[in-house]
Amino acid sequence: MILVWMIALPLLVGIVAWIAARKSDGLSRWIALAGLLVEFAIVLRLWVDHPIRMLTPGHSSWLVELKLAWIPQLGISFHLALDGLSLLLVALAVFLAIACVLCSWTEIQERVGFFHFILLATLAGIIGIFLAMDLILFFVFWEAMLVPMYVMIAIWGHENKYYAALKFFLFTQAGGLLMLAAILGLYFVHGKATGTYTFDYEQLMAASIPARTAMWLMLGFFAAFAVKLPAVPFHTWLPDAHTEAPTAGSVILAGLLLKTGGYGLIRFLWPLFPGATAAFAPVAMTLGVIGIFYGALLAFAQTDLKRLVAYSSISHMGFVLLGVFAWNELAMQGAVVQMLCHGVSTGALFIIVGQLHERIHTRQLPRMRGFWETAPRMGAIALFFALASLGLPGLGNFVGEFLVLFGAYAAAPGMAIAAAIGIIFATVYSLWLMYRAFFGPRNDVVQFADLDLRESILLAAMIAVIVWVGLFPQRALDTAGPTLRALEPHAVRSTGATAEHPGLAEVSPPDWMGMVKFPGQDRAR
Amino acid sequence: MSSIELYALLPLICLAGSPVVVLTAIAISRDHRVATIVTLIGLGASLAALCLVSPLVPVQITPLVVMDGYTLFFVGLILAATAAVALLSYEYLARRGSHHEEYYALLLFAALGACVVVASNHFASFFVGLETLGVSLYALIAYLRATPRGIEAGIKYLILAATADAILLFGMALIYAKSGSLEFSETAATLAGDYSGVQVAGLALLVSGIGFKLSLVPFHMWTPDVYEGAPAPITGFIATVSKGAVFALLLRYFSEAPAQDFSSVAFCFAVIALASMLAGNLLALLQDNVKRMLAYSSIAHLGYLLVAFLAERELAVTAVAYYLVAYFLSILGAFGVVGMLSGGEEEADRIEDYQGLIWRRPWLGASLVIMLLSLAGIPLTAGFVGKFYVLAAGVDSSLWLLVLVLIGTSVIGLFYYLRLIAAMFKSLETPREELRARPAGYAAAAIVLGVLTVLVIWFGIYPSPLIELIQRSAALAAF
Repeated sequence: MILVWMIALPLLVGIVAWIAARKSDGLSRWIALAGLLVEFAIVLRLWVDHPIRMLTPGHSSWLVELKLAWIPQLGISFHLALDGLSLLLVALAVFLAIACVLCSWTEIQERVGFFHFILLATLAGIIGIFLAMDLILFFVFWEAMLVPMYVMIAIWGHENKYYAALKFFLFTQAGGLLMLAAILGLYFVHGKATGTYTFDYEQLMAASIPARTAMWLMLGFFAAFAVKLPAVPFHTWLPDAHTEAPTAGSVILAGLLLKTGGYGLIRFLWPLFPGATAAFAPVAMTLGVIGIFYGALLAFAQTDLKRLVAYSSISHMGFVLLGVFAWNELAMQGAVVQMLCHGVSTGALFIIVGQLHERIHTRQLPRMRGFWETAPRMGAIALFFALASLGLPGLGNFVGEFLVLFGAYAAAPGMAIAAAIGIIFATVYSLWLMYRAFFGPRNDVVQFADLDLRESILLAAMIAVIVWVGLFPQRALDTAGPTLRALEPHAVRSTGATAEHPGLAEVSPPDWMGMVKFPGQDRAR
Repeated sequence: MSSIELYALLPLICLAGSPVVVLTAIAISRDHRVATIVTLIGLGASLAALCLVSPLVPVQITPLVVMDGYTLFFVGLILAATAAVALLSYEYLARRGSHHEEYYALLLFAALGACVVVASNHFASFFVGLETLGVSLYALIAYLRATPRGIEAGIKYLILAATADAILLFGMALIYAKSGSLEFSETAATLAGDYSGVQVAGLALLVSGIGFKLSLVPFHMWTPDVYEGAPAPITGFIATVSKGAVFALLLRYFSEAPAQDFSSVAFCFAVIALASMLAGNLLALLQDNVKRMLAYSSIAHLGYLLVAFLAERELAVTAVAYYLVAYFLSILGAFGVVGMLSGGEEEADRIEDYQGLIWRRPWLGASLVIMLLSLAGIPLTAGFVGKFYVLAAGVDSSLWLLVLVLIGTSVIGLFYYLRLIAAMFKSLETPREELRARPAGYAAAAIVLGVLTVLVIWFGIYPSPLIELIQRSAALAAF
């Protein structure tokens, strides 16, 4: 039941916060904050309570599981389950939701109660995505979450909000419906072969599908995840949505929505269609590398600060795509860490942009200069996250990118080399951002206040997470490890099956596992 | 006719009796409220009779009418929808013109016609039912005869529907000439494998006539004008009861000779489905008038339904029945809101009328948003489960082209639903004058809308009981 509560609590708190706004906006904010802190405590407790089982390989990797009949006529169950991978992402989701409440504290002044309801409803949907182990349930959360997200952009967004919200909705809906068709295809293929018609993830994992069918079904799933991630040809909704959304919306989009795409790839694509995915991997990895370059180049070309950060997301998510499709434990671990750290660091950058916008009412880089003198604290924090985003060793993003490159090199050396060059581009746009906005002679035209206590605490917490993951990644790796290892047999099966793709078939994860040892790796295995 | 048969006919007898009672009541004293209450009592009695009869089914009553689970399910749906329309109309009419009482008699006649269509398995009863429905609708569409648009819509519908009926009748005649019978099962038996000219022509005319009633492309021309001109509750009635009944009949007719076996018919319906989905959704994009937009969207919805219709029988019936329930709820709700927003003179059918609705009248706005999301097929609404079923039926039968077009056009469809929703979220620069006093019957209409909204969400979150009901009753197992 704890899993139901994890989804229901944000929703209930959201309703209470909505009602409370009739009394006062402040009350609504505090209620939302308190509710999220309770939720965060629940997640952390789950993490602390289940450390041992996470480290035992071979054990069923669900920490908590709940399965109820929902629509038995169609074999749809209400199946929620939590494992290490889900736990990490849920923790990220709740953490960023707290950040959203805090960063909107003064930015959102209109319809405050409704805002918190929408925010928390989105969170509930996202947590649902990370917990659902029935494909239809997953799809329901996947789509249901779009509505509050749409509303958030359409009500509290900036100038071009309706266009951006619509584009976002249409893109994700198109991908989502293709996924629904693929889910149904899988359901009937599996049902006709075995006689049990079910949408249950674990049962469908065992489905044997004819290769051609599997390829089409896999592409259906890939369409949905590639739009969300986003992978390059499907990315055009992202800059608009990020730019027009209010700060909290951008944080949710960058921090969480994109992660649902990566999560979907890891959780569903490989395990359900190992052969087809392996055959498709070179294409997907190419898209990932293209994304890394394309995102970085376009980020550099932007004059709108928020758009710059948005394009940098595309670049970072290219690493996730690369890592997932390399499909060895190292690269997957990297992809997971990259998702976590990108969520926090890009979220923080969006928050900083939002704070700047709140103060000077523009996001245009040409109108900024020399803000370091005006707001040294903000400048320093922005520098920190810019460095995190360019992958400075010692910070979390470095761990992610490093592991992805390591793993990808084993799978496809050319891709890894190209992606590594892409990191240089990240350096260029990150430092360019700092140079344009914060460095230079003191800006006497625009004056504004430095970060206040609330903003400082919020960003300090985010810095702490990045540093923690950067210096002690083992805890996160251990948590996601069992899940990824449990999924790995599918990859081994698939690499054997695709001898015609030598680049993939050469992968032998154990060697790399042996070469790269993190502290505690022995304990973990 | 045995007493059992007469007893089994009780729901239809109750329904046939109630307009007589309404007319008698009018003769005694003209009172809008009394007329409405009598109507509701009549509908309620017939619903109760439905429950009484349900243990007896299936019963074939004369060669004309069959009362089986399938009939009972759709009759129940029609009665419930008519009751909702009656309550919404009360509030709507109370703000307009005079002499509202006959409206309810016509509404009951129309419902009776629809029920006979659903219950028929004989061309004669089908046609009689269809005409009862049609003739009542001519009058209902033009009921507000002071408005030019109402008259225009009424005449348009009269002329086109009469033509379509003639075509339908001719089709029946040709099929009769070939098979020598008017019973569905007899004609269907001779259908299989017969590709003679007379037979094909008969079927083609039949399909055209039915296509007109369902406003499928290319027989859809009347839809936007009639939807726009008719009173909002009647528009809802046409979109749901009239189309739902004919679709139920279509499904019954081709259950006797499954369409996918009769490949040219199936091909024909597949082309119609593609055209309806594409044209309906694309043309809806161009509309600035909400009622016209919903008209085109209903064309598209019938196209989706045809995808399920073309799938294999077992899943098709459940899919169609579920989709129709969801569609009934959402369309009635949407037109209910349109009706409640309409002022004394004008219908609230421009997009600007909806600007900021969610802030001006939050409950009404929220209700419309939910209805539109349901029509768009977003999860947690009944519309999603319906669309899911249709997709499942299509995928199961490997109708890939239809499924892909359905997906593509659904996304296009989302565009215009979201356009309306976005308008509702827009803040108003200048506060507009609000409806002052609550008109008579406001509470009743609000309750109907509330119930519809709750049902849309309930069937979206927990569809299991409804699916069970459909599978138990609506299966065409009797054949």
